[in-house]
Amino acid sequence: MSVIYILISISIVVAAVFLYVFIKAVKSGQFDDDYTPSVRMLFDDELQKDNKQKTETKIEKQN
Amino acid sequence: MNTQNCFHCGNDIVKTEEILFEDKSFCCLGCKTVYEIFSQNDLTSYYDFEKAPGATPQEVHGKYDFLDNREIVSRLLEFEEETVHIVSLYIPHIHCSSCIWILENLQKLQKGISQSQVNFSQKKVRITYDPQLTDLKTIVLLLNAIGYEPYISLENYEGIRKTVDRSLIYKIGVAFFCFGNIMLLSFPEYFEVGEYWIDQYKDFFRWLIFALSLPAFFYSGWGYYVSAWKSIQSRMLSIDIPIALGIIVMFVRSTVDIVFDYGQGFFDSMCGLIFFMLLGKLFQQKTYSFLSFERDYKSYFPIAVTKINRDGREEATQVYDVEKGDRLLIRNQELIPVDGILISENAYIDYSFVTGEEVPIAKKSGDKIFAGGKQIGKVIEMEVLHSVSQSYLTQLWSNEVFQKKTNLKYKTITDTVSRYFTPALLLLAFISFGYWIFIDTNTAFNVFTAILIVACPCALALTAPFTLGNVLRIMGNRKLYLKNATVIEQMAKVDTIVFDKTGTITSNKKSAIAYEGTPLQEKEIGKLKNLLRASNHPLSRRLYDFLPVMELLEIREFEEITGKGIRAIVANSEIRLGSATFVGSSKTEKSKQTNVHVSIDGEYKGKFTFDNQYREGLEKLFKRLSRKYSLTVLSGDNEGERDNLTQLLPAGTILVFNQKPEEKLAYIKELQEKGCNVMMIGDGLNDAGALAQSNVGISISENVNVFSPACDGILDASQFSKISYFLKYSHNAMKTIMMSFGLSLLYNAVGLSFAVTGNLSPLVAAIIMPLSTITIVSFVTVMSNLYARKERN
Repeated sequence: MSVIYILISISIVVAAVFLYVFIKAVKSGQFDDDYTPSVRMLFDDELQKDNKQKTETKIEKQN
Repeated sequence: MNTQNCFHCGNDIVKTEEILFEDKSFCCLGCKTVYEIFSQNDLTSYYDFEKAPGATPQEVHGKYDFLDNREIVSRLLEFEEETVHIVSLYIPHIHCSSCIWILENLQKLQKGISQSQVNFSQKKVRITYDPQLTDLKTIVLLLNAIGYEPYISLENYEGIRKTVDRSLIYKIGVAFFCFGNIMLLSFPEYFEVGEYWIDQYKDFFRWLIFALSLPAFFYSGWGYYVSAWKSIQSRMLSIDIPIALGIIVMFVRSTVDIVFDYGQGFFDSMCGLIFFMLLGKLFQQKTYSFLSFERDYKSYFPIAVTKINRDGREEATQVYDVEKGDRLLIRNQELIPVDGILISENAYIDYSFVTGEEVPIAKKSGDKIFAGGKQIGKVIEMEVLHSVSQSYLTQLWSNEVFQKKTNLKYKTITDTVSRYFTPALLLLAFISFGYWIFIDTNTAFNVFTAILIVACPCALALTAPFTLGNVLRIMGNRKLYLKNATVIEQMAKVDTIVFDKTGTITSNKKSAIAYEGTPLQEKEIGKLKNLLRASNHPLSRRLYDFLPVMELLEIREFEEITGKGIRAIVANSEIRLGSATFVGSSKTEKSKQTNVHVSIDGEYKGKFTFDNQYREGLEKLFKRLSRKYSLTVLSGDNEGERDNLTQLLPAGTILVFNQKPEEKLAYIKELQEKGCNVMMIGDGLNDAGALAQSNVGISISENVNVFSPACDGILDASQFSKISYFLKYSHNAMKTIMMSFGLSLLYNAVGLSFAVTGNLSPLVAAIIMPLSTITIVSFVTVMSNLYARKERN
């Protein structure tokens, strides 16, 4: 049954790692803005639709 | 697609001004230009996310010239390196997903921008750019050109970076980590009592639990010990005292329990308690990060003004560098930052910002003009008399009475209850201890600690945060944005409501003017316009602005008869404008609306009707409020509207006119000294002092993104008629709290009955504690939502 020492130690270490990751995430400001990222992730498809070459030439024309 | 509304900004299109471009209709050239920019750069997806998301770009001419000044720019920057500059700009127009999309694709519109990131809740965009390829002015002008004008004020220049306090979230994280692990490790002993393997490993489990409880006890719970200690020092029996006492007793007793092998202790309950209470704190902390409740004059002031040098060159100068004797150029709609003397021939200055008087004041060359006014019309020149720090407005603001009292000790409802709860609890603990000590010393200590543990008012302490936090959110959804939860408690105590007049019970929007009668020909309108030009009467000014621009004509024999009207001979015809009797109309009618009648060459033509400028639902609101509250209207204006208001408002409403900002403040103070709890509802800076002095200061705003003075709450103007609803709701919120207090005391009674008889086991504590918390939280949430729905109409 002494395997329980190892198992519990592992489980605590795993939990501690999660706590560490959580604190790091908070510190880096990930939870400061809880709205914009939820909208931003929906844009990705739109961005790929744009034809890059065309965009660049158009910009140059405008300048 | 709707042809009635502009494709870009969604405003109604005036048929004659409609612009068609690529099969889409626009209301003005500005909107079309923005569309053109987007379509040339393949950014028309902007219009896919939301319908008509844009804004019409405003004219700027030279408004941002100060961004050529290196020093000013570097104060605005967040990060500055040779090839990388980062700037955060506040853009009030940010309101939908299209906004996020376009602003995060700025690099497609401007070379040199490498990244732009929107923070929607703060309405800010953070732009990273290469200063060798572009500069801040170009970016700001670009933003303006696409309808996203940033707001840059003196406050940005001061550059006080707010450090974000995230310690509460860390504490919750740590508490949850401890709570979760301890709970799991406690289960074996709860359920496998007396088994062989438990006996063998229980020391390991217990000491591990002990070790895990240390971070929660010392780090997460620390705030409670500090505030309990503070309230003992100030001799206030706040709710934090029994909480801190409960946590400490729990920790000490549990430690003693495991050291002497009496049992497993209450570590799981202790960590759960800390975790739930911190969660309550977080819930109450809801803030509207895009609104600011603590503004001062700095957020209204421009960063720079245009100075005219001795050699006649114009130069953008930082306002703090403006000195006595300098000559300044003030453009249309610009704020005058310092006191000075007018050099240009004449000027119209709108002081509504300072005094609340909405009619612009005419000034002639040589007149003194004060800081805080806005120039309306053409560009003027002025000579500076005082520097910014010595100007009228700055002095007014620095006046001590105008500062919002932040450390005003306010007793919350929880503190009031705890004043009785804490002594009662201690008394009970000592009585039980005294009783048991004669029977069994060991049990006596057990009972004593058990009482303090089980009575630890977790549910009691959670009631107010969860109710008020929820109410705060519901009010926010209904467009009343409160600074914090204690404002709701204050609102429930209000017995006197003071309204400002201009901009609060009247609307700031230009009221509609309608013409009735024989249609006027263009020539006749021209004559009218010329007559009006000569008059300074408020109604004349409004009508003048309403009529289309016409050529100048010669006026003779101009006469202004006070209280009646104006007359003159314009291009050989006599024109009379004024009351019905003055122009010679036989019709006498009683009407609440203001009418101006016209006659030309003695012939009656018709009348201009000015729409009632009071807010919708004003009469009803005052009628409803007058049943419960005493009402006052304070106005910076003259008595001109007295008759109109007495007719409109219920009897008993006190009307006070000609009030300067300081007098408004003094009036509120006087009411408070009489023992009234005053709610002040105002708008402009002229109410700032009164808003700060009142118990609850609510600022009305046509557009909540525009700036309002320091206050406790911001109400969207469209919700003006709902004030009575909000007040009633705050009463119901307090009722909910009282009911929930009863419920949590019931739980305490059950727990105490276990404790007093000496039967409190860790398992009972571990069940009662979360159960009471969950009951309370769900009860108050359901109740506050129920009340919100009931009172909706």
